[in-house]
Amino acid sequence: MPGFTEVGLWLQVYREMLAIRLFEERVHDLYRRGKMPGLAHLYIGQEAVAVGVCRALRPDDYITSTHRGHGHCLAKGAAPDRMFAELLGKAPGYCRGKGGSMHIADPDSGNLGANAIVAGSTGIATGAALAAKMRGSDQVAVCFFGEGALGQGILYEVMNMAALWRLPVIYVCENNLYTEYTHYTETTAGEPAARPAAFGIPVQEVDGQDVRAVYAAATAAVQRARAGEGPGFLLCHTYRYLGHHVGDVDRSYRSREEEERWRRERDPLQLLSSWLTAQGLAERSVFERMEEEVRRELEGALAFALDAPYPEAEEVARHVYA
Amino acid sequence: MPSAAAIPPASSAAREITFAQAVREALAEEMRRDPRVFIIGEDVAEAGTPFKVLSGLVQEFGPQRVIDSPISEAGITGIATGAAVVGMRPVVDIMFGDFITLAMDQIANQAAKVHYMSGGKLRVPLVVRTTLGATRRSAAQHSQSLHAWVSHIPGLKVALPSTPYDAKGLLKSAIRDDNPVIFFEDKMMYTLRGPVPEEEYTIPLGVADVKRPGTDLTMVATSSMVQVALAAAEALAAEGISVEVVDPRTTVPLDRETLVASARKTGRALVLDEGYEQYGVTAELAAVIAEGAFYHLEAPVRRMGAMHVPIPFSPVLEDLTVPTVERVVAVARELVAAT
Repeated sequence: MPGFTEVGLWLQVYREMLAIRLFEERVHDLYRRGKMPGLAHLYIGQEAVAVGVCRALRPDDYITSTHRGHGHCLAKGAAPDRMFAELLGKAPGYCRGKGGSMHIADPDSGNLGANAIVAGSTGIATGAALAAKMRGSDQVAVCFFGEGALGQGILYEVMNMAALWRLPVIYVCENNLYTEYTHYTETTAGEPAARPAAFGIPVQEVDGQDVRAVYAAATAAVQRARAGEGPGFLLCHTYRYLGHHVGDVDRSYRSREEEERWRRERDPLQLLSSWLTAQGLAERSVFERMEEEVRRELEGALAFALDAPYPEAEEVARHVYA
Repeated sequence: MPSAAAIPPASSAAREITFAQAVREALAEEMRRDPRVFIIGEDVAEAGTPFKVLSGLVQEFGPQRVIDSPISEAGITGIATGAAVVGMRPVVDIMFGDFITLAMDQIANQAAKVHYMSGGKLRVPLVVRTTLGATRRSAAQHSQSLHAWVSHIPGLKVALPSTPYDAKGLLKSAIRDDNPVIFFEDKMMYTLRGPVPEEEYTIPLGVADVKRPGTDLTMVATSSMVQVALAAAEALAAEGISVEVVDPRTTVPLDRETLVASARKTGRALVLDEGYEQYGVTAELAAVIAEGAFYHLEAPVRRMGAMHVPIPFSPVLEDLTVPTVERVVAVARELVAAT
């Protein structure tokens, strides 16, 4: 029977997943109303992975993220107001409006940056782990990527070195089934889990919709890495509710029935709230109240970003060189 | 004008060391000075690289700081970028300049852009040391000079030392720089000897050096071509033609003022570089001179680079592909004769 503190943890976890869900819904809405420039790749459906993994980390641990990175940034501690500002290309954004949706970095929360090259940040995360080891710190680095990164060579180059040198890095593969617009079985030969195993990296396959399972697996991998036992690999089975990006609306490569089934049966927020209520640990009304609060906070964050100024012209040539 | 720091000591007592020794000394001194500096690359430890440039470093600093890597150029460049982002100061060794192509995503899309994309919050104090230069009979995949590739990308600095003195001073500055610096060493020059003082010095990135003063013609030459230009200048001096040889030393940042001032003074300019001429560094240097010194020029700017062919193996063919002293002298004569 979970104790009081554990209930507090799961309610906090629920709140973080909810914040990502509602943040992403706001982004979707902004885009559809033509308020947001560029692209956004939404994370809705995959919230349990970001929150389950980041909950297992300390604030001084590192993450790197992907083009679908809003969830990772929020889970690691980024503030929604500055994230909205970045998405809108505004001056107070995390990257002063120069990175946008795909490049949010927040070193204060250990986020070394989202990356728009598939597998592009796998080297950076592994290098952060190398640095941690060289400095004798017990920090770990988590490298988030989608199953599409399994097609990129650099992932195997850095996993080889991480295994050889027992680096404290955890590779978190979010298999949301679709490598952009193509089912992963059409792009990925053999079993994904066999690939890190070939380097001797321990693999844990996880139900990526069950935040408790993700958290447990991540905690184990983090403990191993922190103890100097080398890298880990979490293969999280999950689902992207929406398209590859906000403009991918017809999604002809998959059925609406499939999408509905995941939403109805495998939704990470529902799975956690149902478990909490079934265990008698929380009332339904708790979640309703929480949703009101989070919505109110996000309204304030968005209002801040909408009102924020755009960068001054001289910003364009700033920070090319340090 | 060369900066004060750039003038080698005039003392005849100054010791002479090779280009390779100068590189090694720079690395050793910076590694002693700063525990964040480390080396990573293929065969860098016991082997000390095929060119023996790093011999002895692993004995002093150990395999934790002179790290032998797998043959994974993209991987080691990415890992070094990540280590730099969190505060280390890695020096990556890419054995042949041709192989930067394998690491190009990490160089051009990651290392070069992290600082800008993060709005200035993250820094990448990374050095990628690699080689350039043909005429080693190594054929097309081991002979290219690809510094134009990286000079093209905002966010990267690019150094092209031409003497042991410059190699040491520029490499120390590169290691201390908070930006990614791609450092090209001409593999034909590793045995070149030159004066290098015992005492500490650095050379700022972005300051050109007048390697030889002259009045009739400016030769702007980079890396290996500096030695070619100096030999050509010597030959031309016998004919009464006074050549000023200007070495930019870094293509990024580029010391435009020194180049333009020299061209304005002499009224004629020939630009020499071992990279491919087409869309290459010579185009940029010639354009800078044309823009800045046009009304002072008595003839169009000329440029000489590598032929637009994969570098061939046969010695007879390979020697045709890059500027030689004889060809440079011939073009210089034409330029001076033109009015």
